[in-house]
Amino acid sequence: MGTDGLSLTFIALFLPFIAAMVAPFLTQRMGHKAAWVLALVPAFLFVHFATFVGTVASGGIVTGGHDWIPSLGVDFSWLLDGLSVTFALLISGIGTFIVLYSGGYLKGHEHQGRFFSFILMFMGAMQGLVISDSFLMLFVFWELTSITSFLLIGFDHAREASRRAAMQALIVTGMGGLALLAGLLVIWSATGATSLSGLLETDGVLRESALYGLAFLLILGGAFTKSAQFPFHFWLPNAMEAPTPVSAYLHSATMVKAGVYLLMRLNPVMGETVLWETVLPLFGGATLLVGGFLAVRQSDLKLMLAYTTVASLGLLVMLTGFGSEHAIEAAVLYLIAHSLFKGALFMVAGIIDHEAGTRDVTSLGGLRKAMPITFGAALVAAISMGGLPPLFGFLAKEEIYYALGFSSIWSALFTIVAILGNALMFAIGFAVALKPFLGAEVKTPSHAHEGPPLLWLGPVVLGGASLLAAFLSPLTHRLFSMPMARAVAGEPLEIDISLIPSIGLPLLLSLVTVALGYAIYWTLGDVRQRVGAALRVIGWGPDKGFDQAVRGIVRGAHRITGLIQNGRMETYMTMTFAVIAAAFLVPLIWAGEMPSFPELPVLTLYEIVVIAIAIIGLGAVLYADDRLTAIVSLGIQGFAVALIFLLFGAPDLGFTQFMVETLSVVILALVITRLKLAKSDHRPTREKLIDVTVASLCGIGLMLALFKVTALTFDPALSVFFTEYSRSIAHGRNIVNVILVDYRGVDTMGEIAVVMAAGLAILALVRVRLGRRIMHAEMPASSKETAA
Amino acid sequence: MIETALSVLVGIFFAVAVYLLLSKHTIRIMLGVVVLGNAANLSIFTAGRLTREVPPVIPPDLYVPEIATANPLPQALVLTAIVISFSLFAFLLVLAWRAYQDLDTDNTEEMRLAEPKNDPLPPLSY
Amino acid sequence: MRTLILRTIAPYLSALMMIFSVFVLLRGHNDPGGGFIGGLLAASAFAIYGIASGVASARRAMRFHPMAIAGSGLAMSVLAGLASILFGVPFMTGLWAPPIPGIGFEVSSVLFFDLGVYLVVLGAVTSIALALEERDEE
Repeated sequence: MGTDGLSLTFIALFLPFIAAMVAPFLTQRMGHKAAWVLALVPAFLFVHFATFVGTVASGGIVTGGHDWIPSLGVDFSWLLDGLSVTFALLISGIGTFIVLYSGGYLKGHEHQGRFFSFILMFMGAMQGLVISDSFLMLFVFWELTSITSFLLIGFDHAREASRRAAMQALIVTGMGGLALLAGLLVIWSATGATSLSGLLETDGVLRESALYGLAFLLILGGAFTKSAQFPFHFWLPNAMEAPTPVSAYLHSATMVKAGVYLLMRLNPVMGETVLWETVLPLFGGATLLVGGFLAVRQSDLKLMLAYTTVASLGLLVMLTGFGSEHAIEAAVLYLIAHSLFKGALFMVAGIIDHEAGTRDVTSLGGLRKAMPITFGAALVAAISMGGLPPLFGFLAKEEIYYALGFSSIWSALFTIVAILGNALMFAIGFAVALKPFLGAEVKTPSHAHEGPPLLWLGPVVLGGASLLAAFLSPLTHRLFSMPMARAVAGEPLEIDISLIPSIGLPLLLSLVTVALGYAIYWTLGDVRQRVGAALRVIGWGPDKGFDQAVRGIVRGAHRITGLIQNGRMETYMTMTFAVIAAAFLVPLIWAGEMPSFPELPVLTLYEIVVIAIAIIGLGAVLYADDRLTAIVSLGIQGFAVALIFLLFGAPDLGFTQFMVETLSVVILALVITRLKLAKSDHRPTREKLIDVTVASLCGIGLMLALFKVTALTFDPALSVFFTEYSRSIAHGRNIVNVILVDYRGVDTMGEIAVVMAAGLAILALVRVRLGRRIMHAEMPASSKETAA
Repeated sequence: MIETALSVLVGIFFAVAVYLLLSKHTIRIMLGVVVLGNAANLSIFTAGRLTREVPPVIPPDLYVPEIATANPLPQALVLTAIVISFSLFAFLLVLAWRAYQDLDTDNTEEMRLAEPKNDPLPPLSY
Repeated sequence: MRTLILRTIAPYLSALMMIFSVFVLLRGHNDPGGGFIGGLLAASAFAIYGIASGVASARRAMRFHPMAIAGSGLAMSVLAGLASILFGVPFMTGLWAPPIPGIGFEVSSVLFFDLGVYLVVLGAVTSIALALEERDEE
């Protein structure tokens, strides 16, 4: 582990959070132009991580960090290899344009500063997540992305839909986070590793461990919820309640890929098992189809895109779990391509919404003249999404078909799933990019025109990147795809796919996909209605199930609360003391540890008298039915206790007890004169019986416990120590006082603080009443009602 | 064993305290709080073993006591406990007194301000 | 409760108890006594004074609000503990001044700590007692 104190990576980890703190003030001063300044932060991160590309491309791995909790083997450490560097570059690169885009999108919004703050916080969390090495850090950043996602989805918190979506995302991904934590703990106990780099070195230990199945399930729980895999996909479309920059950034390009990242990261140590290669493709494939079909049904641009994101994530999981080298290469290429085109398309959808005032595809059209730049950017992104040359998406698509093929029934099944899913995404991609721009001009709520550079800069640059990456494919592969694939596969892989198509099965399958996609595109209106009708027949989905579950929990909690908290204090008290009695007695009986009755003591006359006085006092307290008797008898038992202390060599205790007992009696006398002491106890016999039983059991329990304790050999080590050094070191002859003010002085300090707090609390209670009285004096008419 | 006698006494103290605490009238509950404090203090005192009549004080001309003294540690613990249980008792007493003034009752069954009967279902929306 | 006899002797009794409480506090380190007992004794003195001569005059006799006294006591205890840091030894290490002949006790940070305990108990308990006695006068 490196000990470079202030390495740039360490600063890079914290920089977004610092920027998040500054953002509101900066926005207050500069307005939306603050985006230009704040975008420097992700730009810096991008440049910083770009410096590692060379090292990583030649197979190097950079680690660094600091001790965090050394006693538990927990470090604050990071790991930079092909996988994390590519992710980090995507996060910071797209992040730069997202910050700029937010500057334009939320221009003039009263909480723009807060928005910047949240999005930068998310950026920091996501950045930390992908470069974390230690498990604990990974988990902390993972949860942090869930929390910042909650804040961003609920940004428009005045709307209920927004609040619901935010809660839903938090609950689903938060529970996944807990599963991840448990999974990491299981991995730790199975392999002894506390960091990813450590785990990757254990090669094969986890796969052969008996805990593999459990670890697999828990890790999947984390990854599937975060990456919106079926049946947890429902939160992602709902998250479209967030402002569009958030949808573009968190819910397509970065955060939802965290689950995929996790699976890719663990592939070298958890992959290549039957479980892994069955469950992942099946769920991924199901997600791909579900996402694709649900996307067709939507007419809202953002929702269409959201469901295709679900589909794409399914495709990624399917490929990651498929188990062949080419599948991993395909997953890597598709992940990069998807981040670029989907981020761009979301931003385009946002620009249309912003400028035209609606994002319903059925009420948009003919915008190409008004928004030429946006149209161009959308077209480039859609071509990539459709998997057409000359964009990076084409490379990814070719590799996917190359990886799947028809070599067995299993792979043929997934080839068909992939063709269907890709065709659906093709149709949606072009529907989003073409329908609003082509055709006759439609009157939109606001007069549409090209947005400011802040808005279109992002999509244009991302489109350009996609184009460039495809044309310079050998360089792209060498710098990004191959190092990343190497990290996922755990061994060096060669990627050589380029824009020049090789005649063969993949190209044929591509053509089939395009033809099918084209057909769906032209009949989209029709298909939409049919899918809608089919879904209405089903009528229930996990989204509805979530509502039912939440309502069920609230109702159930209410019922349970009503049952065990019935508002009657004596029930609570009886239960509490019954449990206390059980805690004393059950273990004694259970373990057969009943104390043998100890020998009877020989008591002196004084002792017998004092104990008798105490018992008489107690009896009198029980039977007192007027104030004076109660007070006097309470005093009797108290003074008897004081005498007991005196008899057994504790004069300090004796005096203190005398004083306290006197004061207790005095203040009780002051209060009791105002409260009526009920004539004896009128509890019904049944209650009396229960109470007496509980009380006796408690008493017997404590007595037996004391028998047990006093029968043990006494270990006087502490008392001997205190006694021996009381005078020689602590200069005091009264050992009790020396313990109080010297040996255990900190304890005493805490105790006088408690006394102080009690005094303040009582004063507050008294003052509250004075305030009330003043209130009454001011409003004499209502005083009676308030008092009652 | 002298501890046996005090163990029995502590048991009685505890039983009486619990019985008083289970009552429905705040003033009886207050009496129970005082007795409970004594029961707890006596049990700590007893658990530290008992020695008759020799306080843990070192004679002026010695550095270590000549004969075995009472165990000073539980005494120190109990000493602070006495004062704190008194503070707690005083606080509860004032609380009961204030509750009596505001609610016009010293019967805990009628104190339903925080947990009213038929509490409505919390909102099911978000 | 305000009988003539009580009202007459209460000031003297209270004064005696106050003196005795200080005595108990100072001898505490070597003989039975100490801050807790001393504080309780002093608080009783004020409680009796309050019962006999009225809470208002008891408050006047105290000059400061009892909780202010308790607060300063807590502060004093903390400072007595912190004093050791000035001498480069750990928190709450006892510091002892050279013996002063004839006063019958030794000046030390521990003594100031105990004095803090005394003031907290005195202040808090007096505050409680006087607050409840005020009830009685309405």
